[in-house]
Amino acid sequence: MDNRKILNSGEFLIDTLEAKDVFIPEEFNEEQLMIAKSAQDFLEAEVYPNLDNLDKGDRELMSATLKKSGDLGLMGVALPEEYGGFGQNFITQMLLAEKVGAGYSFSVAFMAHCGIGTLPIAYYGNDFQRQKYVTKLATGEFIGAYCLTEPGAGSDANSGKTNAKLSEDGKHYIINGQKMWITNAGFADVETVFAKIDNDRILSAFIVEKAMPGVTVAPDEHKMGIKGSSTAQIFYNDVKVPVENLIGERGEGFRIALSILHMGRIKLGANVIGAMKKAINDSVKYANERKQFGVLISTFGAIKYKIAQQAIKTFTAESAVYRLSQDIDDLLNKNLAKGMDKGRATIEALAHYAVEAAILKVYGSEALDYVVDEAVQIHGGMGYSAEVAVERGYRDSRINRIFEGTNEINRLIVADTTIKRAQKNEFDLFGHADKVYAEMNSVSCGKKDGETYFESKRRYLSNFKKATLLIIKAVSKHFNFKLVPEQEVMNNISEMIMEIYEAESLALRVEKLDNMGKKDEIYRDILNVYLYDLADVIKKSAKDAINSLENAEESLNLTTAIDKLTTVDAVNVKFARRRIADRMIEANGYIL
Amino acid sequence: MKVLVCISNVPDTTTKVKFVDESKLDTNGIQWVINPWDELALTRALEMKEDASNGIEAVTVAHVGLAAAEPTIRKALAIGADNAIRVNVDPKDAYEVASQLAQVVKAENFEIVLCGIESADHNGSTVGGMLAEFLECPSVTCVSSLKMEGGKSVITREIDGGKEIVSVPTPFVAVVQKGIAKEPRIAAMRGIMAARTKPIKVAEPQAVASLTEVKKYEMPKPRAACKFVDAENAGELIALLQNEAKVL
Ligand SMILES: Cc1cc2nc3c(=O)[nH]c(=O)nc-3n(C[C@H](O)[C@H](O)[C@H](O)COP(=O)(O)OP(=O)(O)OC[C@H]3O[C@@H](n4cnc5c(N)ncnc54)[C@H](O)[C@@H]3O)c2cc1C
Repeated sequence: MDNRKILNSGEFLIDTLEAKDVFIPEEFNEEQLMIAKSAQDFLEAEVYPNLDNLDKGDRELMSATLKKSGDLGLMGVALPEEYGGFGQNFITQMLLAEKVGAGYSFSVAFMAHCGIGTLPIAYYGNDFQRQKYVTKLATGEFIGAYCLTEPGAGSDANSGKTNAKLSEDGKHYIINGQKMWITNAGFADVETVFAKIDNDRILSAFIVEKAMPGVTVAPDEHKMGIKGSSTAQIFYNDVKVPVENLIGERGEGFRIALSILHMGRIKLGANVIGAMKKAINDSVKYANERKQFGVLISTFGAIKYKIAQQAIKTFTAESAVYRLSQDIDDLLNKNLAKGMDKGRATIEALAHYAVEAAILKVYGSEALDYVVDEAVQIHGGMGYSAEVAVERGYRDSRINRIFEGTNEINRLIVADTTIKRAQKNEFDLFGHADKVYAEMNSVSCGKKDGETYFESKRRYLSNFKKATLLIIKAVSKHFNFKLVPEQEVMNNISEMIMEIYEAESLALRVEKLDNMGKKDEIYRDILNVYLYDLADVIKKSAKDAINSLENAEESLNLTTAIDKLTTVDAVNVKFARRRIADRMIEANGYIL
Repeated sequence: MKVLVCISNVPDTTTKVKFVDESKLDTNGIQWVINPWDELALTRALEMKEDASNGIEAVTVAHVGLAAAEPTIRKALAIGADNAIRVNVDPKDAYEVASQLAQVVKAENFEIVLCGIESADHNGSTVGGMLAEFLECPSVTCVSSLKMEGGKSVITREIDGGKEIVSVPTPFVAVVQKGIAKEPRIAAMRGIMAARTKPIKVAEPQAVASLTEVKKYEMPKPRAACKFVDAENAGELIALLQNEAKVL
């Protein structure tokens, strides 16, 4: 996509793109679709028939299934060719993550291996480490794990106690400590272990082989869901790790850990799309078979509402996921053009879009929870039976709000990082915010006669952005930028930022489809319903923040301005949702 | 020895088929795939090539159709075919497909030609037989197993209540069905990358008369809804059976 306008992270709050500037899933090329189909075929052939056995916690079966996906080359998609991978671009990696995401606990095991299990070495390792480990992780000959969390160090990941001491001869680090909640622990051959050298304040990262004496893996945890994925504690007792297994520099571990988590978050955002589509397919099929009161339940408005909402959230999340994927590809290529190593180029691109990565993670995991919850509901009592796929989907979904940084932590990242970067003048958020703030009393909804369909939608989004800037300004001013203790208000701001990114991605996709001649009314129905609902979400978040400030005079002015900025035209959401649902019902599955 | 697998490009078998004006398939939103039986034939051809003792130098796929089918052809290359030939014409019927394929086989001297027993679109089941006729070579139908032993074919046919094992000299056409290979193969990343550079030769069609004219397509009648009659209303049931179902 040459000559497209690219926004830096967070800039979407103060600037706009044209439809032609975003990548949409309808633009996947033939090769990408072929890779996607192989992943889907793999799930159908190797995963779905074995789900019950996998969920019994059969470590050998999971390990064997992972290796089969390695034989197909799926584990090497993101890795450079010189280390046995296939060097595919970021969009392709995300599409693969989406497809695999429909694979229940297999998806967690696969993604942990390819992502957090492999990438610390692939991105930060030296050539020796990459040759020794990444080439084998690329094919599944080795399975990887990422060991950051400890009993006392979860969200506060840098507070771990695992320690590394240089041996007297200077040849080894002696590692002692305990990790917990480690995905793939049961069969991983290679672990990236984060530990502090001597009395360092900051973590370092080490490559530890399971076969090294002193490494002990506990039995798997009994979990609510993703029971097929191995999750266990690992103990390190005087483990002698060669000094050449230190990844990057001493004290660089926390940075490595965080950037790998940025990647994990983005990929999770793609993962959940696959799981959502699977749950919708299961929901619609059931609704098209089950009769009550003499008719199919898919004829009931209440059921159509659920199907429509499932579809709207999925389509929206997907729009944001691939929009961001293109941005990352572009920035990555720019970094490469500057002569950066591929690993570093990727990491820098991911770190740059940390805010958007957190948005995809939070929005996607919560959208999935909505979708699987309603999938169970559509199945009624049957949804509560372990015989149906949606029961597993419901349980397996829940973890997504907890790992790769809890949604609470990620919400904080969204607001906090946006404001901090703006304070550092990385983008002119406060210039724009000051202007909106100064003009607060004269603001209007800005409706013009003769607006086109998309002009009016762009106006809504521009108003929602103004509302957000207004709140950011008011809150920062009120608390004099001492925002850390103000999590509730920060969450109000995050909510607005996240929703705007998602909604704008949706609007740009629908407009681009329209420009491409795909003038299907379902797209506009989705956008109409979404923006109509969003006006109230923005208004509520803004008012919650305003009323937390306890400044009666300013509250009144702010509230009046917010009311104007969140004024949108009426939509017959009943009919729009029915039309959306009817298309799924007619096709007997998710069709978008 | 060279093997040719004839592939057709059909709507994914889960497609809800619709027609425009009862005469044309509505291709909107259709996912195109390799005809499932052809895909199994390809799988068997690749298995045979992998056993070096069979002395198979290349597996080629051939398709009669327009360029829109190339993604399906490339899929066959990604799965493992070495090269492909596409005859550039929109064929009107099985006779035309078989005639065009015959040219391909004659030009390149394939010794084993595999066709699927039917295609998932028109269910014609006639291309393989006609092709053999044009080539003046043996054709074996209902093939569920194919091996080469010492340069001779060993072919198992499914017949009513049992199996028939035959051998025919090359060249021959085998029309294969279920059992010929266990599962279709999933295209591996390496294959997908390699497919980029494998050749698809485009052959110009020869003039062939169309023998068939499709008058129209009809959809099956929707199943009538079930009517429930209360146990007490036997009279209503009798009336329905007499007047509506007309079975009494
Ligand atoms: C199935 C599974 C697989 C996992 N796989 C891995 C793995 O492979 N490798 C690995 O290293 N880890 C893994 N984890 C660990 C996971 O990343 C952590 O569980 C997660 O980061 C949360 O840490 P915690 O469990 O200690 O919760 P805590 O940090 O104790 O959080 C408890 C609650 O407090 C909230 N909270 C914490 N800090 C704040 C704050 N500053 N502000 C507001 N709220 C806050 C949290 O959001 C949460 O709601 C896995 C966990 C599970 C359950």
